[in-house]
Amino acid sequence: MAEVEETLKRIEAHKGVIGTIVVNAEGIPIRTNLDNSTAVQYAGLLRHLTMLARSTVRDIDPQNDLIVLRIRTKKYEIMVTPENGFLLIVIQNPCE
Amino acid sequence: MVLTSVTQKLFGCCADEDVTGESPYKLLKKDDIIQDIKTRAAVSDFSPVKQIVLDYPEEEILLVYDRDFTYDQCFYLVLTPEAKDRILNPPKPETPGVLENEVIKTPEPKEWISLGSELEIDEESVKETREKLWYKFSRVRRKFGVPACFSDRNTADAKDGYLECASYQDSRFSIKQMQRDCGTQAVPRLQSSSAQTQWKFQRNIFTQYKPRELSEEEAENILQADSLRNFCNSVPHRVLQALQQEEIMNVFFDDLKALGTGAEAGDWSGKVSEGLMLYQAFTDQKYAKDKKISSISWHPTIYGVIAVALIEKKEERFSESTASEVRPSLIVFYSFSDPSNPQLLLECPDDIFAFEFCPSDPNIIVGGCMNGQVVLWDISAHVTHLQGTQSSGKKASVNTDTFDLDDNKENKTPVVRYCAVSALESSHKARITDVQWLPPTFEVTRTGLPVENKHNISVQVVTCSPDCAIMFWDVRMPKLLSQSVSDKKQNVDQKTQMSSYSVPDTFKHLDRTWKPLFRVSLPRISTSGEYAPLKFNFEPYTCSSNKDRDTEEADENDDSSKIIPDYSQLRVPSAKTLTALEDVNTKLYFGTEDGEIGYTDWKLGKDDSGRLHSAKPLSCIGIHHWLVNTVQRSPFLKDIILTTGGWNFAIWKEGIMDGPIILSPSSEQVCTVGCWSLSRPAVFFIGKDDGSIEVWNLLEKTSEPAQVHAHITNAKITSITPWIAAPKQHFLAVTDELGMVRVFEIPKTLYIPSRSEGLSVKKYFELEEERLKDYLKKEELWAKEKKETEELKKKMEPDKPVKSLKENDDVNMKEHSDYLTLEESILKGMGLWTATADTQDT
Repeated sequence: MAEVEETLKRIEAHKGVIGTIVVNAEGIPIRTNLDNSTAVQYAGLLRHLTMLARSTVRDIDPQNDLIVLRIRTKKYEIMVTPENGFLLIVIQNPCE
Repeated sequence: MVLTSVTQKLFGCCADEDVTGESPYKLLKKDDIIQDIKTRAAVSDFSPVKQIVLDYPEEEILLVYDRDFTYDQCFYLVLTPEAKDRILNPPKPETPGVLENEVIKTPEPKEWISLGSELEIDEESVKETREKLWYKFSRVRRKFGVPACFSDRNTADAKDGYLECASYQDSRFSIKQMQRDCGTQAVPRLQSSSAQTQWKFQRNIFTQYKPRELSEEEAENILQADSLRNFCNSVPHRVLQALQQEEIMNVFFDDLKALGTGAEAGDWSGKVSEGLMLYQAFTDQKYAKDKKISSISWHPTIYGVIAVALIEKKEERFSESTASEVRPSLIVFYSFSDPSNPQLLLECPDDIFAFEFCPSDPNIIVGGCMNGQVVLWDISAHVTHLQGTQSSGKKASVNTDTFDLDDNKENKTPVVRYCAVSALESSHKARITDVQWLPPTFEVTRTGLPVENKHNISVQVVTCSPDCAIMFWDVRMPKLLSQSVSDKKQNVDQKTQMSSYSVPDTFKHLDRTWKPLFRVSLPRISTSGEYAPLKFNFEPYTCSSNKDRDTEEADENDDSSKIIPDYSQLRVPSAKTLTALEDVNTKLYFGTEDGEIGYTDWKLGKDDSGRLHSAKPLSCIGIHHWLVNTVQRSPFLKDIILTTGGWNFAIWKEGIMDGPIILSPSSEQVCTVGCWSLSRPAVFFIGKDDGSIEVWNLLEKTSEPAQVHAHITNAKITSITPWIAAPKQHFLAVTDELGMVRVFEIPKTLYIPSRSEGLSVKKYFELEEERLKDYLKKEELWAKEKKETEELKKKMEPDKPVKSLKENDDVNMKEHSDYLTLEESILKGMGLWTATADTQDT
């Protein structure tokens, strides 16, 4: 558990990071530093999107797999990494 | 084709011997050629044309000696007999007819040549195919002379009246159809049916869902799980990498593209000038001599036409004795195509200080005079003349009274007399210094309430004058047509210097009876008296309520906005029928004679006695130390205003009443005029007393101008007006006290805005606003502190002398008692201590 904490702390301490969410296989946020409602919303929405992206990549080439899904929006950038059924969502403010 | 000398000798066509330039033709026998081909085979010169020669129908082929090498070789062979004939026997040129006295002969009838039309005639003509049959009937003699009766009989009446051949089916001629085309179409079988559920059991049900959340223990469990640990080991690396990438650079930003704002891609001529380049200068010896220009305006629609108001240089008005010296006041129109001759002259009753084209109809011009009257012109009769200034103006001007046709060559500039002038007693009492049309999006009623403008044309004018009033005028006919006393004035003072041309009667209803709608006075805020405004500015309102109207009305409006309605037919509508517009900003900024900038509301309110009066201005701050000569709103940011006057200029933000957000440092010369650039939000131009123009760019330097164009003219600059004539042609018209107009072309660097200039400038203004607020707060704070310290000081001073006396006493007493104890202790130590109780008294 300490490792989890330490990892998340490292990520959160990075420049520009607004929030992180760790989501389990069912789309329920396990640990987050945003408020609950926001986390739940992000988790629910991004899970579907990540699954879709992953299946797209694997449809094209079954040997391939999705590593990071980056969504660049007007205000910030959302990064989703699926692994082992878990999802790590990081929201960062890019420097302009 | 080339013929060698051997061949030439063989055939007897040596160049320049047998065949020459004069007789270049030589007929060769076909058999000879064939013989030659056979004998010499490939070496023969005729081998390339062997086939043609063999096919040649006639016996002799023509060989032509081509002295001039027109076909590129020495000889050429003519391949067809027709061509040969043509060359040998050129068609004889027709002999020219002898033009002697020809007797006109009557044409003799010639043989008719049939061209086939007779067949058609034959077809169409009616001819008898057989001889006509005729029957002769006769009766018995005794019935001679008795009337005869003829009647009709149908063939079917009698049994044997006719003989018919009926058609029958002959089996010999039956044709069996073996194949038949038929088409099929698949049509979906449609069946419409409907179902309706019956709501038998009425029960209200609703569902609401909320997201699943993990309870604490579940979360703990998962956090402990191995899978999560693996996850946390593998994932962060790439996440951190991605985060780092973001931090390093922005992949979506095109650096190269952003670099190219300085020079355009296509313009590498190397001579990109940085400063203003003189494009044209206009002056006119006849009209502009010894006059200075008070105001200049570009024609809104016609390219390259500038209107300039000329006024006398001397300030005081001379008495009537020097009437011969006083020349008529004029507004002169110049055009790019003809720099030394004015195109149109507008006659004014007096010197014009300010004028403006109507935004919805550029043929109407309103001007404000020296004596306080407002003047209207209608130049629609001369618009074609102005537009057609590309041609050399030989087109006779419409109203020349002189009928000499020879004078057409001498371009007589047409003069337009003013259509209407306001009533003298209700005009301003001093010169009108600023005139502006209200935009076509709204109009105001008699109390200053903004209401909607049905026709979407500008119908109202605002004027201001140092007689401490701002007046609103309406160019339409008022509802009550009162016959005013000034009818008699019509016969008086007809200006006979200019012969009276036909004056368009667009504004006949206003002439000499024109009264303002209402008057706004500007009482001083703190003292008595009034402000004397010189320039003003209000916010141009862009109507946003058009979307709310339904389509019919919108269509109507569209139509009417295209047709410019006749001003003489418009009437001022009653105030009740128009809907008020709530979101129009009715406040305006004005600049006064004493250098103050004020902000007031033009709506009239009712005071205690029920009369309409104008409220005191909301704020008035003295910034400039002399006359204010420009109050102009930025064309990009609607709440930023530039004012110049005295030795400095200031930028204000609407809403901040306490002061300008930017105040320039005082310069050495008087700032005479300022204007914003029309294409760059951060650039503006300031004209100076010594004839130089400063170009300020707020994003480059804020304490000094970005460029100074010194000594553009030798005299004071009186006005600067920018104009965008074409997307790549931006002009700046500069006028001075000598009556010259100079038009400069603004270089690319000054008219192409830099990236996100609007945003940067906005941010800059906000910063300045913050700074101003901070400064004011600090000032307050300092003032308070200062007051406190002063009070404190005052309080301290009367106490101090009293306090110090007492203190001194105490201190002395203490010292004395210390000394006594010390003495006691020493004496005791020395053994000399005697009871000296009585020495205690002092």
